[in-house]
Amino acid sequence: MTETTPLLQIEDLHVSVDGKPILRGVSLAVNRGEVHALMGPNGSGKSTLANTLLGHPRYVVTQGRILFKGQDVTRLSPDKRAKLGMFLAFQYPVAIPGVTLGNFLRTAIKAARGEVMSAMEFRKQLRSKMELLRMDPSFAGRYTNEGFSGGEKKRAEMLQMALLQPELAIMDETDSGLDIDALRVVAEAVNAMLNPNMAVLIITHYQRILNYIKPDVVHVLVNGRVVQSGGAELVHRLEAEGYTPFLEEDRTSESERELVKGVSTDGR
Amino acid sequence: MAVSKLDVLPTEYKYGFRDEENYVFKSRKGLSREVVEQISRMKGEPEWMLRFRLRALELFYRKPLPTWGADLSEIDFDNIYYYVKPSEARARDWDEVPESIKKTFDRLGIPEAERKFLAGVSAQYESEVVYHNIRADLEKKGVIFLDMDSGLAQYPDLVKEYFGTVIPPGDNKFAALNSAVWSGGSFIYVPPGVQVEIPLQAYFRINTENMGQFERTLIIADEGARVHYIEGCTAPIYSTDSLHSAVVELVAKRGAHIRYTTIQNWSNNVYNLVTKRAVAYENALVEWVDGNLGSKVTMKYPGVYLMGEGARAEILSVAFAGKGQHQDAGGKVIHAAPNTSSTITSKSISKDGGRTSYRGLLKVYPGCENVKAFVRCDALLLDELSRSDTYPSIEIDEEKVDIGHEATVSKIGEEQLFYLMSRGLDEGEAKTMIVNGFFEPFTKELPMEYALELNRLIALQMEGAVG
Repeated sequence: MTETTPLLQIEDLHVSVDGKPILRGVSLAVNRGEVHALMGPNGSGKSTLANTLLGHPRYVVTQGRILFKGQDVTRLSPDKRAKLGMFLAFQYPVAIPGVTLGNFLRTAIKAARGEVMSAMEFRKQLRSKMELLRMDPSFAGRYTNEGFSGGEKKRAEMLQMALLQPELAIMDETDSGLDIDALRVVAEAVNAMLNPNMAVLIITHYQRILNYIKPDVVHVLVNGRVVQSGGAELVHRLEAEGYTPFLEEDRTSESERELVKGVSTDGR
Repeated sequence: MAVSKLDVLPTEYKYGFRDEENYVFKSRKGLSREVVEQISRMKGEPEWMLRFRLRALELFYRKPLPTWGADLSEIDFDNIYYYVKPSEARARDWDEVPESIKKTFDRLGIPEAERKFLAGVSAQYESEVVYHNIRADLEKKGVIFLDMDSGLAQYPDLVKEYFGTVIPPGDNKFAALNSAVWSGGSFIYVPPGVQVEIPLQAYFRINTENMGQFERTLIIADEGARVHYIEGCTAPIYSTDSLHSAVVELVAKRGAHIRYTTIQNWSNNVYNLVTKRAVAYENALVEWVDGNLGSKVTMKYPGVYLMGEGARAEILSVAFAGKGQHQDAGGKVIHAAPNTSSTITSKSISKDGGRTSYRGLLKVYPGCENVKAFVRCDALLLDELSRSDTYPSIEIDEEKVDIGHEATVSKIGEEQLFYLMSRGLDEGEAKTMIVNGFFEPFTKELPMEYALELNRLIALQMEGAVG
């Protein structure tokens, strides 16, 4: 891998769920040290992309590929992707009853980083990251995501991200369900984690979180396609105009493509 | 224990146990009045015990095989040794222990001396010392902790007073069988007010018969006494036996507290048909913590009779059934006094076509007001081939009671797997983590070293590396 190889490269990605096409040709590249924002209206395929990037078995890649650090990971199982340095902060993390967050974190560190951390070192790191996220230490003794409030779940996701230290962190609507104070804490924690060796892909419906974490590149996803990419100024345009103009653009481009190909792409 | 492999080995005596005074004896195959008489004579038992055995034998012959539970039709009662003098049972060499069992010991990280003990080839001298130290301390307080045979020899009156009173020989066919041919097991008596702080473990009770096929255990906690007994261990018990049928009787007098912990991990050719029951008098507490991982078929429903006001019962039963296994387990509570309370928690996992059943009884007699009882059964199926059933029986003859029952059956969800795998755990590790979490309410009740071993054992079960 050379200096110019993007950390993440998505090439013409088509993804179906239960036979229904959701992503219809997504291409984008993320370099180390960059923060990307992927924005789009509900149902545009944002979470599908997030789940596909980590290899959820229900999301079937029908065309295109995903390269991570130059390696084709399209067919790799989720654990292999995690070991390579990919991480997904879930929008709706599931509960793992009977497994304490502390135990889960320690197992995950060992699994993802291949690192056996001493109990003392683990406690030290855990404590410092929990402080960063303003979490009560007793949290580590609770069963993972069981009975957590929405905000607690999101913080627990950020705690995992902080401890696993991925090279690519995909944050799937981490801002949803957070009040303004919690959002600020989470955003500060993410900013503290940022380093030139890693990249973050923030998936969001709203620009709110992007007031705290400044994106270098913004992509707008509509109907399973990236309809526009640009700098942070795109966020402001979205703020002012909403998604409607992009929906118009998408319809135009779609009809143009249909004309060119002479086939219907209406598989929605 | 009857070791069918031994009778084809001409060298069986070569590895004989060092114990000079013990002579080797093995009864004829099959069951008869002569065999029972012989057992009793060999042990030099009092006359009443012989009569007890013979009466039980009659009951065994008369009682039909239970057909309401697991399939027992393949048991061949004529092809079993009902008594083997333990010195011969130990007449084995480490080399004879199957490679798979050794490998499991390796992976469990069990020390060499302990392995040999568990495999039945060594007497584990170090533990004997430990055991004697523990015993000296307990003896000062008047605690009796012996194998059942020694208990009968040294405390015949105490034994006679309680033996067979909680589980009479006629209770069921296998209780009758055990009563006729029993050998080994533990006898514990804790005097009034004495708190035994450390768990008493069969592990440390070095006597040659503690791994008997038909062991008999009797624990009496006198008024205000407290004791925790742990039987079994998480390492697989090497046995070529086809039938294990124990009887365990607990008596918790006023204000006493008995906890009885079992982790059963018989090899997968064993029928494990065990009757366990306790009586709890006024304000007494009895806890059964019962884990079943091994065996081909297990039928076991630890029970508590709540006989005095304020008595409580806690039954925690877990079962793991892999390929070819049927774990038919549960708990029974009989409320025979007002203001009594009970909880039954059952957790079962089925994998690779294994089958688990919860079978339970909750009974409240008329006039037993203010009874509180709760039954919870959770089953987890790891694949489509496996099966889980619930047979809860609830008989309530009193209106002023508070009874709850909850049952769930779940499968390991795709979302849970994806979540854990996205954190770097492979599919096997992810499933094991979910399974360990499911068993956590049980594991957390175990002493640390047992909990760790249990987790390792579950991991091995998950890989299909055991059995």
